[in-house]
Amino acid sequence: MDYSIKIGGEAGQGSQTIGDALAKVFSRSGYHVFSHQDYESRIRGGHNFYQIRFADKPVMSSRKQIDIIVALDRETIHRHVGELSETGRLIYDSETLKERPEGKRFLDVPFARLAAENGGSRIMENIVATGAILGITGMNTDILFGTIEETFRDKGEEMVRLNITLATAGYKFAAANCPSCSFSTSPASEPKMLITGVEALALGAISSGVKFYAAYPMTPATGVMNYIAGKADKFGIIVEQAEDEIAAINMAIGASFGGVRSMTGSSGGGFALMSEGISLAAMTETPVVIALGQRPGPATGLPTRTEQGDLQFALYTAHGEFPRLVFAPGSPEQAFYLTNKAFDLAEKYQIPAIVMFDQYLGDTQWTYTGFDTGKLVFTDYRLRGESFASLNEYKRHAYTENGVTPFGVPGDAKHVVVTDSDEHSEEGHIIEDAETRIRMTNKRLFKKMPLITNEIAPPLFYGNKEPKVIITGWGSSYGLMKEAVDALSGKHDIAMLHFSEIYPLPATDKFDYLGLLSQASLSICFEQNATGQFARLLKAETGYSFDKLLNRFDGRPYLLEELTGEIDALIG
Amino acid sequence: MPSLDDYKGETPSWCPGCGNIIILKTFKEAMLELGIEPHQFTIVSGIGQAAKFPHYLKCNTFNGLHGRSLPVATALKLANSGQIVIAVAGDGDCYGEGGNHLLHAMRRNINVKLFVHDNQIYGLTKGQASPTTLEGTHKNNLPFGVLSEGLNPMALAVAMDCSFVARSFAGDMEHLKEMVKAAIGHKGFSLVDIFQPCVSFNKVNTYEWYKQRVYHLEKEYNPEDRTGAFGRALEFGDRIPLGIIYRNERPTFDERIPLIREKALAQQAQSLDMSKIDSMLKEFY
Repeated sequence: MDYSIKIGGEAGQGSQTIGDALAKVFSRSGYHVFSHQDYESRIRGGHNFYQIRFADKPVMSSRKQIDIIVALDRETIHRHVGELSETGRLIYDSETLKERPEGKRFLDVPFARLAAENGGSRIMENIVATGAILGITGMNTDILFGTIEETFRDKGEEMVRLNITLATAGYKFAAANCPSCSFSTSPASEPKMLITGVEALALGAISSGVKFYAAYPMTPATGVMNYIAGKADKFGIIVEQAEDEIAAINMAIGASFGGVRSMTGSSGGGFALMSEGISLAAMTETPVVIALGQRPGPATGLPTRTEQGDLQFALYTAHGEFPRLVFAPGSPEQAFYLTNKAFDLAEKYQIPAIVMFDQYLGDTQWTYTGFDTGKLVFTDYRLRGESFASLNEYKRHAYTENGVTPFGVPGDAKHVVVTDSDEHSEEGHIIEDAETRIRMTNKRLFKKMPLITNEIAPPLFYGNKEPKVIITGWGSSYGLMKEAVDALSGKHDIAMLHFSEIYPLPATDKFDYLGLLSQASLSICFEQNATGQFARLLKAETGYSFDKLLNRFDGRPYLLEELTGEIDALIG
Repeated sequence: MPSLDDYKGETPSWCPGCGNIIILKTFKEAMLELGIEPHQFTIVSGIGQAAKFPHYLKCNTFNGLHGRSLPVATALKLANSGQIVIAVAGDGDCYGEGGNHLLHAMRRNINVKLFVHDNQIYGLTKGQASPTTLEGTHKNNLPFGVLSEGLNPMALAVAMDCSFVARSFAGDMEHLKEMVKAAIGHKGFSLVDIFQPCVSFNKVNTYEWYKQRVYHLEKEYNPEDRTGAFGRALEFGDRIPLGIIYRNERPTFDERIPLIREKALAQQAQSLDMSKIDSMLKEFY
C-alpha cells in the first residue's frame, strides 16, 4: 500500500481542512504519512493544493502519480487530471463546479447536496468530501468519527453528531457509486505521531527550556511563534510580538542577559534585520537561538514557497568575526533534537545558534512511532543564587582556560554583571588598548572554536557502503534524497551524505566523509538554490569540489520521481 | 547603608563642562537617597555619549547597539522583573535610530525608566544635527541648515498616553534629582527628557540658552489632565516648562503577565518537566 491523495482548490475552500483530517486519520490508523502543501500568498482565490501520501512503510517525500484527486474547483480538474495513476480516481461535485467530465476515472459526488440534505451548511461539504475519500478506499470509519468527536467536542454533542452524519453520507455515496474502485488499505495498527517541521522545531525549543520568544510574523517562521505561544501558559514562557525583527533579536538578547533561555525566529528578510543583533550577541557573549525559515529571495521573493537560498547568508551574516552555530535539520525528528542541541551549545559556549529550515520542511508532515525524550540534553550553565553570591569577585568577561566565563544572573548576587557591545575589559567596560583586544578575540573566538567544532556530529551516511555515486545535500532535502537512493540502489552503487550540522563543518576524524567523496566516481551536490551554496562552503573549507551540482530554484519542491530522474540522468 | 563611593565607576571620558557629568553625579545621589544598591538595578544603553553613562557608575550594565536600548530593556524587565531597569539614551539614539522602539515601549507601558540626555546635537560623531536640533539652525554641515521640524518628545509622549512624561535640565540639579526619583518611583514606562548642553558642538542650545527659557511647572499644575498636558508639551520656544508634564496610572505590561506576578522568570525553575513534555508530545497522535 502506497497511495497519494491531492486535494486542490482556491484558498479558503477547505483543501487544508480536508487534508489535515485525512492525515490525522491515516496516522491514527498506524500508516506512515507524508504530506506537503502548495499555496499562494493570498487568503482567498488562486490555486492551492494539499498532497498526502500514506503507506505501510516509511515515506518521506511526495510522489508524482496521484491515486485520488479531490477537485474543489474546476482548475484542479484541468491542472492535475494528468497526474492520476492508472487506477486513480478524481472526485468532484458536478453540481457545484458546473462541469461534468466524461470517463470512469471521474467520480461525481454531490458534496454540497449531501451536506444540505443531511442538515449541514455549505461549508460542511468538506466533511462530506473527507467521508467520500475514505469511502472509496474502504477504510474503517471509527478513527474518522473519533477525530470528528475530538474536533467538535467543544461545539457540543449536536455538532459532533451532525458531522458524523455528513461524513457517513459522503462515505456511503462514494462506496456505493464506485464499484470499479480497487483501492485496498492495510488494517489499522498502533497510532503514529504526525508532526510538521515547524511544530517539531518549536517542540524542540520548549523541550530545551526556552522561557522567552520574541518575533515579528513572517512566513514560514510564524508557525514557530504560534506553537510556542500556544504552550506559553503551560510551560511558563513569555512570548512577545515585537515591533520589528530588530526589536525581536534585541529582546531575545535582553531576556537572555536577564537569565533565561531565549529565542527568536524569522525568514530571510527579517533575519537580515537581525544581522546587527547577532553581532551584539556574539560580542556580549549572550546565548541566543534563532530559527531561520527560508523562502525564495531576493527581497520578498516568493513568500509562500521554498528555497535553500540563505545558507551563505546564515554563515556570514553580521559584522565582525565570531563563532556561531548553523544547523539545518532534514526532518521533523532532526528539527526536534537539533533545536535542543542548538540551545545546549548556545548556552554552553555563550554564542548565537541558527537553526535553519525552509517552507518545505516547515509545512511537511511526517509520521513517527515517537520522539525519545530521554535523548534531550539540559544543563543550566548560568551562575545563579548561592553559587553566584558565594564568589569573592566576579568579572563577566574574565579570561578563562576555555574562553567561557560563567554567566551570572543580574541581581542574584551583590556582584554586578556588566557587558558592552564595544570591545571591553574582563569587567565588561569599554576599552581601546590593543592588548585587551587581542586577548578578548582569543577568548571569544580562538579558544571556543575548536571546542565547538568538537561537538559537531558527522554527516549522515546512507546507502551502498562502497558507493560509486554519492549524492550530498543538507537541510530539508534529507527525505527526498533517502528515498531517491532507495529507488536507484538497484541500478547504481549509490549512497547519500546529509549534512544537518553545517557550521562549524564536521571534522573528518570521526568519519572521513572527504575520503569517501574522493573515492566515488561521481559526486553530486543537490541543493534547492541557484548556485550551490553548500558546495561552495565545502570547497572553501576543505578544497573539495563536487563533480556535479544539481540545483532547482523555482520555489517548488521536488517530487520523488523528478529527483530520481534527474540523478539518474546525471549518472548517465 | 550604601555611600556614594559604592556607585563609583570608571573615569568619564566626556568633555569638561559636559552636561552628562552633572547628570551622572545627580543620578548617583538619587540612587543613594532611594537606597537602591548597584546590584539591584540594570542600566541598558545604546551608543552615543550618553550611552557611556553606565560605565561611569557601578551597576548591572548592558551597553548594546545604537538605538536598541529599549527592546533589550523591555525583555530584561520581563525576564528579570526584580531588577529596576533603566534605559539611558541620547536624542539621536532614542528619537532617531530607535524611534520605533520608543513608540512601542510607550504602548506596552513596560516598567522601564528612560532617561534621554537631550543635547539637540550628535556629540559622539562630532556635531551633526539630531532629531531635536532646531529647524533652521546648524548650517555648518548641512547646506541649508536643518530643514525638518524638531521632534517634540514631550508632545509625542503625551499623544501616546505614555505613563510618565517629564522634562528636566542638567543646569538645575535639584530639579533633576527630583525628576529622577519621581520617574523611578513611578509604576509604568517613564520618559524623562533632560536638557544636557553639549559644550563642544552645540553653540546654539547652551546653558545660557536653556536658563533663559526654562521655568518650573507651577505647584497647582495637574499632570493628570491630558489635554492640559498636551498644551504644556507644545511649549517649546521662549518658555519651556520643566517638571512632570503628564502622568497616568495605566497597568504596566509586566504586571499584566500572570506568569511573573509572584516570581521573576529568571528565579523560576530552569529545568525540564519531562511529564509535561511527554503530554505535549502525546497531542501529536
